[in-house]
Amino acid sequence: MLELSGVNSFYGKAHILRDLGFSINAGEVVSLLGRNGAGKTTTVKSIMQLVKPEKGSVIFDGVELTRLPTHRVAKLGIGYVPEERRIFTDLTISENLEVGRQPPRPGVYSWTQQTLFDLFPNLAERRSNRGKALSGGEQQMLSIARTLMGNPRLLLLDEPSEGIAPVIVEQMAHTILKLKAEGLPVLLSEQNLHFARMVSDRAIIIEGGLKKFDGTFAELEAQPEIRDAYLSV
Amino acid sequence: MGLFIAQLLTGLANAATLFLVASGLSLIFGVTRIVNFAHGSFYMLGAFVGYSLMQVLPGAIGFWASVLLTGLVVGLIGVIVEVLVLRPVYKAPELFQLVATFGVILVIQDLALMIWGAEDLLGPRAPGLKGVVRIMDEPVPLYDLALIAITPFVLFALWYLISRTRIGVLVRAATQDREMVAALGVNQSWLFTGVFFLGAGLAGLGGAIQLPKGGADLLMDFNILAAIFVVVVIGGMGSLPGAYIAAVLISVLNVFGVSYLPQSTLVLMYIVMAIVLTVRPYGLLGREEVVGEHGQVGEPERPIKPAGTKARVMVAVMLMALLALPLADSHFLVILTTDIIIFCLFAASLHFLLGLGGLVSFGHAAYFGGGAYAAGLLVVHVNAPMELAFVLAPLGAGLAAFIIGWLCLRLTGVYFAMLTLALAQLLWSLVFQWDEFTGGDDGLVDIWPAAWLSEANSYFYFTVIVGVGGILLLRHVAHSPFGYALRASRDSQRQAEATGINTKRIQWMAFTMAGALAGVAGALFVFSKGSVFPNELEITKSFDGLIVVFLGGVKTLSGGVVGAASLELVKDYLTRIEYWRLALGLLIIVVVVLAPNGIVGSLRKAWERLRGTPADEPSTTAPVALTSASAGTQESER
Repeated sequence: MLELSGVNSFYGKAHILRDLGFSINAGEVVSLLGRNGAGKTTTVKSIMQLVKPEKGSVIFDGVELTRLPTHRVAKLGIGYVPEERRIFTDLTISENLEVGRQPPRPGVYSWTQQTLFDLFPNLAERRSNRGKALSGGEQQMLSIARTLMGNPRLLLLDEPSEGIAPVIVEQMAHTILKLKAEGLPVLLSEQNLHFARMVSDRAIIIEGGLKKFDGTFAELEAQPEIRDAYLSV
Repeated sequence: MGLFIAQLLTGLANAATLFLVASGLSLIFGVTRIVNFAHGSFYMLGAFVGYSLMQVLPGAIGFWASVLLTGLVVGLIGVIVEVLVLRPVYKAPELFQLVATFGVILVIQDLALMIWGAEDLLGPRAPGLKGVVRIMDEPVPLYDLALIAITPFVLFALWYLISRTRIGVLVRAATQDREMVAALGVNQSWLFTGVFFLGAGLAGLGGAIQLPKGGADLLMDFNILAAIFVVVVIGGMGSLPGAYIAAVLISVLNVFGVSYLPQSTLVLMYIVMAIVLTVRPYGLLGREEVVGEHGQVGEPERPIKPAGTKARVMVAVMLMALLALPLADSHFLVILTTDIIIFCLFAASLHFLLGLGGLVSFGHAAYFGGGAYAAGLLVVHVNAPMELAFVLAPLGAGLAAFIIGWLCLRLTGVYFAMLTLALAQLLWSLVFQWDEFTGGDDGLVDIWPAAWLSEANSYFYFTVIVGVGGILLLRHVAHSPFGYALRASRDSQRQAEATGINTKRIQWMAFTMAGALAGVAGALFVFSKGSVFPNELEITKSFDGLIVVFLGGVKTLSGGVVGAASLELVKDYLTRIEYWRLALGLLIIVVVVLAPNGIVGSLRKAWERLRGTPADEPSTTAPVALTSASAGTQESER
């Protein structure tokens, strides 16, 4: 349902993504792995059109995204959870969710504040608190919940486990598996191989903006030299 | 007691207009981060449009319908401004948009002049509310009571809109992080336009609703500008209840000021603001501005480099040309060039503060005018020789900057800018109202250079040496360790502190130095004209400086000087035509839209595109470091 081909993205003059191409199929959870600076965040931003690729195409359900502004991409049903979480600290939790709300989408599970509070019980008790009162893990939960309020057809998670306590990471893995069970495809940018293996079907490894590996985790384990070369384990 | 109550009520009624206009400004700034200098112009348009509508629509219903319609009309004018002028420059460096809004001020001034003429218009009385009631034997206009009653409803409606509706939630979210709001599927350009409609509409309402108490004239735009900035800052940026409290505070104090301490009227609100900000740096109900919260827009700043050989030769040639100028035997040309050099030095000193220090001063005229007045006062009151006055003038301006800098540097960002504006206005009103000492409105006259400089050409050479010398000095400092420390403090205060730089002291020194050099420009000015008037200290003078610095290019060392020289030249030609404000305003807007990096920055970019950028080396691990490194090797800063 998502297909990148020949994507080249820049920051100023720095060439970050080089002819990157991969696809994500319906119902699939895919991990995008690589070291710091490999281009994972840029890949996610190039899908959202927060970074405009100079060359190449990003096609989502037959629609070319590179010509669209960011808000149109989101409207098409791509949900984006940024690395820095970027919750609105001055808004209450309920209001944060309200910003993410979009009309129900045919054929997709429709979230409400209530169903999200069931998924993230920690948030429910604090729904009238301001965002700034939350811990790092709770902010991550809120950021995911806020994006789910848009009833996405594809979820982009950028390093959700970064800086989060291990017990919360575990909780998050369960959440992602639940979402997967609902049939929601996920692109997960990660450095935590253990976490990635827990939740995803397939791994894509990039390094210096180039794709180095695309296959199942079983295939990856059969080639330890790839893991050693491109991932810091 | 009766008089006291009556005055209190007058103050409360005056607060209605002030609150309406200021709340619009606050909303626009909160969401778009645009300091809308044109907000006073929306208010003025409100008065004119309201006046015309009231001529057509009769009776009490007609009156109030006119008021509401005016809000709608001015709101739509705001939308036009947002879509045509501001939308193209949202991605420009921070605060650049204020130049565009300044262009809008000029355009609206001349359009209003064309449509409604130069005569002041007396506002119609509100039908059904023409009388007075006696409260404790004092007459209170009915219309005042109506205004007092209406304002809380407006406040409540706005508060409800912002804090209880989905639109309000989106607006508040966009205030904090626009990009994230877009990534969640909200079309933020629509949101911006909506906020502009509301903000401009409120200003229009304010203009219409004050008609029965005042009227409509062409000075309204600047007259209210300082006051609404003060209200927004005292109340706390983005806080509507804060704006209401501040509007009431200022208006009530003003009424009492007029009757008990008439000399204080111009100064009063600035004193209140200075006190409030000293005690509560973010206003009564404001919250701390977190640095970098809104993210840096645009690309990272390029490193600056000393001029190359080519650039040095060019500057030398230009200097030679300047020195040869009197040979052309044109008195007019010599005078014009003198003015340009003086303005360039003023702009360069502001650019130093703004570009290198990241300190946006809205009140830089205080030091230019301060220097001019210091010299003038010395000559007029103690008969000081020109040489002495000329040396003491920058010291005086520097001292003013030293004190004002100490007060202002406790704040950051837009609060800093506003406090510099307020204190500059304080200085202006002191000069304006202290007739016996400063000559007030009549200014100081008969201040001529010493005998050895009395000839126009010799004073011209003097100006070239001092003016260009001052500009070169600023450039030199930019490349000194002090300049590095100043830029470090601008880019990352925390990291600079961690490497042992006392950032506040560095900024304070820079502020003082910029003030002193503006003072030099002021001294050059007063002796070239032989007189000085309070308008050299005015807001418009400070704005002129800001405009040329932004127009020239904040991020390029030569931006201030190039901007100043271009604007002064263009002005000289344009002011000969009848509607020169319209022409100049349109020109500014066109330049802003076409050259969002300033004249110098955009020319440089165009040059690079023409030359073609070198191919990239294969990038590997550290993209950000690479950007700045490659930028460093490719750019040569002039």
